[in-house]
Amino acid sequence: MSQFATPISRSFGIAWFGRHELRLFWRDWVSMMTAGKRGREPILAAVAVAFAVLIHMLAYYLVAPYAEAGIVPDPETLLMLTGGGFLACSLMLSQAMESVTRAFYARSDLDLILSSPASARRVFAVRMIAIALATTLLTTVLAGPFINVLAFYDGPRWLAGYGVLLAMGALATAFAIAVTIVMFRSLGPKRTRFISQVVSAVVGAGFVIGAQVAAILSTGKFSRLEIFRSEDIVAAAPGPASLLWWPARAAMGEGVMLAVLLAFGLGLLAAVIAVFSANFGDHVVAASGEAYESTRQRGRERFRPASVKRVLRRKEWVLLRRDPWLMSQTLMQILYLAPPALLLWRNFGDDLGGLLILVPVIVMASGQLAGGLAWLAVSGEDAPDLVASAPVPERAVLTAKIEAVIVAVAVVIAPLVLALAFAAPRIAAVAALGVAVSAASGTMIQIWFRSQAKRSTFHRRQTSSRIATVAEALSSILWAGTAALLAAGSWFAGPVAVLVLLILAGTWAIRPRQAP
Amino acid sequence: MDPSTPALELRGLVKKFVRPAVDGLDLTVRTGEFYALLGPNGAGKTTTLRIVAGLLKPDAGQVSVLGIDALANPVAAKRDIAWVADEPMIYEKLTPFEFLEFVAGLWSIPAEIAEARARELIGWLGLEPHAHERCQSFSKGMRQKVALAGALVHEPRLLILDEPLTGLDAGSARQVKELLSERVRNGVSVILTTHILEVAERMAGRIGVIDKGRLIAEGTLEELRSRAGHAGGSLEDVFLELVARENDAA
Repeated sequence: MSQFATPISRSFGIAWFGRHELRLFWRDWVSMMTAGKRGREPILAAVAVAFAVLIHMLAYYLVAPYAEAGIVPDPETLLMLTGGGFLACSLMLSQAMESVTRAFYARSDLDLILSSPASARRVFAVRMIAIALATTLLTTVLAGPFINVLAFYDGPRWLAGYGVLLAMGALATAFAIAVTIVMFRSLGPKRTRFISQVVSAVVGAGFVIGAQVAAILSTGKFSRLEIFRSEDIVAAAPGPASLLWWPARAAMGEGVMLAVLLAFGLGLLAAVIAVFSANFGDHVVAASGEAYESTRQRGRERFRPASVKRVLRRKEWVLLRRDPWLMSQTLMQILYLAPPALLLWRNFGDDLGGLLILVPVIVMASGQLAGGLAWLAVSGEDAPDLVASAPVPERAVLTAKIEAVIVAVAVVIAPLVLALAFAAPRIAAVAALGVAVSAASGTMIQIWFRSQAKRSTFHRRQTSSRIATVAEALSSILWAGTAALLAAGSWFAGPVAVLVLLILAGTWAIRPRQAP
Repeated sequence: MDPSTPALELRGLVKKFVRPAVDGLDLTVRTGEFYALLGPNGAGKTTTLRIVAGLLKPDAGQVSVLGIDALANPVAAKRDIAWVADEPMIYEKLTPFEFLEFVAGLWSIPAEIAEARARELIGWLGLEPHAHERCQSFSKGMRQKVALAGALVHEPRLLILDEPLTGLDAGSARQVKELLSERVRNGVSVILTTHILEVAERMAGRIGVIDKGRLIAEGTLEELRSRAGHAGGSLEDVFLELVARENDAA
């Protein structure tokens, strides 16, 4: 008899599987943060401490002045807290929807689990609880320092905020499970996967963008916080007894409201799991069948003559077009262009000064978009050996891929720049220049740091290279700043441009040598 | 080109990773020959073939493909080579028809010629019902057939196959073997690695056994049998004997 017989036969408990899930989550997170390289854990710990200190300093800078003066539950405070709560909740909902969808579709260990004698109902119940905890934890990392600073300066009653976060995490997960299952039943696994992933991304960005749009429409300014300070909104807000303020009042330490909120959140999560968990296994089986569904492609029956570069460009565009999830992930940054587009529409023919704000947004979006597309085209190449074994010089392959990226970026960004050109030709010219250098920089960084990865890991592309991720972000931001300053006629654009060129030169100098 | 020019000639090939993967390898594949390269796991077979396909650069040595120095002029050498890996290199979102169009485009084959060849290959490999379906739903065997069709659509003169029959069912494996035999009859040279020794035994004109990055034996099956002292024995017996001797000698 094996020495392991007893522990294994006892091991199908919820607690055991819960530990297993949390261990996987932890290792997955560490692997993501360290790019899967061993020996980096001490660096990760140091970065985590530095991040915690930094975000506490930021929280101190933002809320300590109010906290020291004492915070009272007036309409403006309740409005700000509720708005912040909605922001946190939209992020949680986004993350929960993505995690729940992945729980049904990721094949990693589901075949093993479903072929084991363990109860699928229990297994998935644990998995959903783990998702709720992970969802809460990640938002707590961002919101926790604000709670700590408030508690330090205005009393421990603010620690109740952690309870509110837990209740919101449970609510967001319950909602995500219910929505995903209902979509599964009504739309089928194939559509659910796509819609759920897109909706989760839109929800994540939606509140921030919605607040900006509302701020633009109500005040013509460009700040997501502006809306909460608007006199109209404060005047229209319900009275202090309204249910709408309960989460905010619970976060301020009102015990009864916190207890009700926690009971409601955790109770709803338990109810949703109890109602739906019986069918979790069936949904996973249905989702796995989706992978084997054939997709017939209508259209051409003839080969088209084309140069090698054209063949490569066309392939990149077809692959992107046929992967709606990837396209939605790539184009998600374009959502952030909605508020500036609205500002453009509002200011058309009026105050051209407001249009200056468009320049950095467009330039930054194009840099990020180009970086994402370049990663897909170069690092996310599904058949690297096939392309490398073709009688085509590597430089020609890279050139074709760069062209594919630049054209895709142009298709998305050009309409905005053209619209801008009608209102302000000089600003549009600066924006076009900024778009070109920002997109070129984002693309080149991804080429310098190219590695081999699966396209499906696009949402984690930052793990391929931290340096590339940071350099791409810095380059986009600084080119955006350069373009904004240039559009405003400031000489300071020169030094900022020099700074970004130095960063690019430094990034090029430390690029990894490509293996021969 | 002179018909006596070897399809592939490797001289003193060396490639080191942490330790030597290929260690001074000399190997010649004749034009129109079916050559099987056998060896235990980690012997250096795949590394050797990847160097020939231009996917790795050797640390030392020479690679000549149909008389072309493949290290000095890789693009010219690649025109006549096709590489098929054990993991099919295809695009999930393309159909077999589109995949073949893409590969033909990479090798700059005129569209009309490529299309005719593609249709022939699709028919030959039994892919007709799926020619316009995306590869994402295909089994591994079907993906391997698509990859093989991609390798043949530009009519290479040297076909490099690394475990090409992995994942294929018996019927598909037979189709592929017949296709390869037909190509060899038409003058194409094939170099193949496989752990299915029956394939090498039946199809290969000559067999090379590689271990620790070096060629330890080479010849026809009969020649290898005689060298191993296994007259009438199976290739499996011969292979195991040769590798065991090499290990004993080391």
